[in-house]
Amino acid sequence: MKETILAANKSGRCAVIPFITAGFPSRDTFWETLTQVDAAGADIIEIGIPFSDPVADGPVIEDISRQVLAQGMTLDWVIDGLRARKGTFRAQLVLMGYMNPFVQYGLERLSADCSAVGVSGFIVPDLPLEETPEFREAIAPYGLTLITLVGPNTTTERMKQYAPFSKEYVYVVSVLGTTGGVNKHVETVADTIRRARSVFDVPLALGFGLCVPEQLDALPPDARPDAAVIGTALLRHIGNGGSPASFLAPWVRSN
Amino acid sequence: MKKLPQLNRPGYFGEYGGRYVPETLMPPLLEVENALTDILPSAEYQSRLSELLAEYCGRPTPITFCDRLSNELGIELYLKREDLLHTGAHKINNALGQALLAQMMGKTHVIAETGAGQHGVATATAAAKFGLKCTIFMGAKDVERQAPNVQRMKLLGAQVVAVQSGSCTLKDAINEALRYWISHQADTMYVFGTAAGPHPFPTLVRELQKVIGTEARQQMISRTGGLPDAVVACVGGGSNAIGMLYPFVQDEPVKLYGVEAGGTGEPGCANSASINLGTPGVLHGARMNLLQDSHGQIQESSSISAGLDYPGVGPEHVYLHEIGRVRYVVAYDHEALAAFRRLSEAEGIIPALESSHALAWVFAHAKDFAAGSKVLVNLSGRGDKDLAHALRFIKLD
Repeated sequence: MKETILAANKSGRCAVIPFITAGFPSRDTFWETLTQVDAAGADIIEIGIPFSDPVADGPVIEDISRQVLAQGMTLDWVIDGLRARKGTFRAQLVLMGYMNPFVQYGLERLSADCSAVGVSGFIVPDLPLEETPEFREAIAPYGLTLITLVGPNTTTERMKQYAPFSKEYVYVVSVLGTTGGVNKHVETVADTIRRARSVFDVPLALGFGLCVPEQLDALPPDARPDAAVIGTALLRHIGNGGSPASFLAPWVRSN
Repeated sequence: MKKLPQLNRPGYFGEYGGRYVPETLMPPLLEVENALTDILPSAEYQSRLSELLAEYCGRPTPITFCDRLSNELGIELYLKREDLLHTGAHKINNALGQALLAQMMGKTHVIAETGAGQHGVATATAAAKFGLKCTIFMGAKDVERQAPNVQRMKLLGAQVVAVQSGSCTLKDAINEALRYWISHQADTMYVFGTAAGPHPFPTLVRELQKVIGTEARQQMISRTGGLPDAVVACVGGGSNAIGMLYPFVQDEPVKLYGVEAGGTGEPGCANSASINLGTPGVLHGARMNLLQDSHGQIQESSSISAGLDYPGVGPEHVYLHEIGRVRYVVAYDHEALAAFRRLSEAEGIIPALESSHALAWVFAHAKDFAAGSKVLVNLSGRGDKDLAHALRFIKLD
């Protein structure tokens, strides 16, 4: 995934990482929507595995999680669907989900299945460094990646503790808040990115509260991310009947 | 779920506990952990807390020998009277201790979750006492069901946030309080209400509640010349139970019981008995037993007692269950209601429906104890709050 992000950067743009909750906008249309997101030029796609109690998420993604769970969405369904479509996506795929559904699936089984269906890694928002050993041990034999998350209140010292375990890219949470929350203080975002840049030797993806590429232009040139994660705003757009392509167009255009 | 390895990391009880939270919550949790190791044992903190517990809350609480019921049951029944504390339940031990900690940490704002409203009232009380701003998160359904406690919290100066997300109950109130804490961590302390949640809360809450068992142990020795034969407490999240049972854990001859809420009792009914009927998983920052489906989605709990109505249970309880030190049993709604009435009639004490579960189990199993066994029950709270609810099921002449 590191190479994918660097390639996008080489072509003069920030890499684009859309997030979409599995089963959204509906069970029947999810795979078609995912295909459209892929075709719209996503570099990496985060597929959200819904959980009943998503503490890191804001109201939009929490509501969507509840909706898709009510339709019977499960991790097994996602894995089966990916198996059936293996090799059809241009973008690399990452599963983003809370620990409990992964634990119940079984971490070893999860690793084996994800590796088999073409998933490259995981983002687990409730798994800080101290709790990662079992997860890392399970995915290691399959060459899968656990993406590191850091935020504005992650000290440089703590980033250094993360550094040896941080592969492919690091997810920089822009705001002390939940998904969809916007950090109005550009300087704290810039400070976080600069500090992360000084510690990590992999690309940085900025997420939480991103909607339009101009938000990145507001950052000082030396404090811009290599990739942008777009979740809540994209889901809202799709939920309102918009197409992934129209939302992602300004993001995938070379600038 | 696949068996997870035994973990000996800080914040674990066997393989339960830990700190499964967003990275952005790590700094405030580490701050509380530092306060637990640095401020809590300090002479200043301990002397201020003891004074407040004595002069403001009414500690030590007495133990009461139930002579009439003891005659009927053939055992010696003793109650630890946490119902006599200020605000009417053991919750104040923890809320006051954490609010004092917050004040000494330099925080100006406390937040808390509440289900039935007891922990919310206790936190609002402590916040008023210390002049701290207070925000209570409460599921919208509970705000409706527990209107008198909402009014008490407001009278005490707290802001009550009705949580509209998820199932609109206690577990969602915890989610929302955690979310709020992420964005307000600089000046805010989360006063967690039970012996669950991310490390260090299970340990912190136990340390603040163990005054119950420490007192009771000494009182039993003074009054009866020895340790009790059995100690019993109800378990929801498990704060009164860990507070009562923990000081007896090393006393091997003393049998320890935690009574979970079994709900209405028919097979497959919604319940709050996470140890007896749940499976291991991760929720609210900890590995513990949970009521969940096979895909790891959390199920709604149910109990006639709002204070036991939680789909998880503190990690230390799961550990004490696994090592076999505490036996976790179940009492059902109708048994708790009968016990609620029986203690009121026989001893002139109206117990909380939570504590009624512990009593109900003792009433049902007194015959299993040797005649004259000394059984100590934690009467964790008073039942006035439950009267209106209980009277929907109990017919008074």
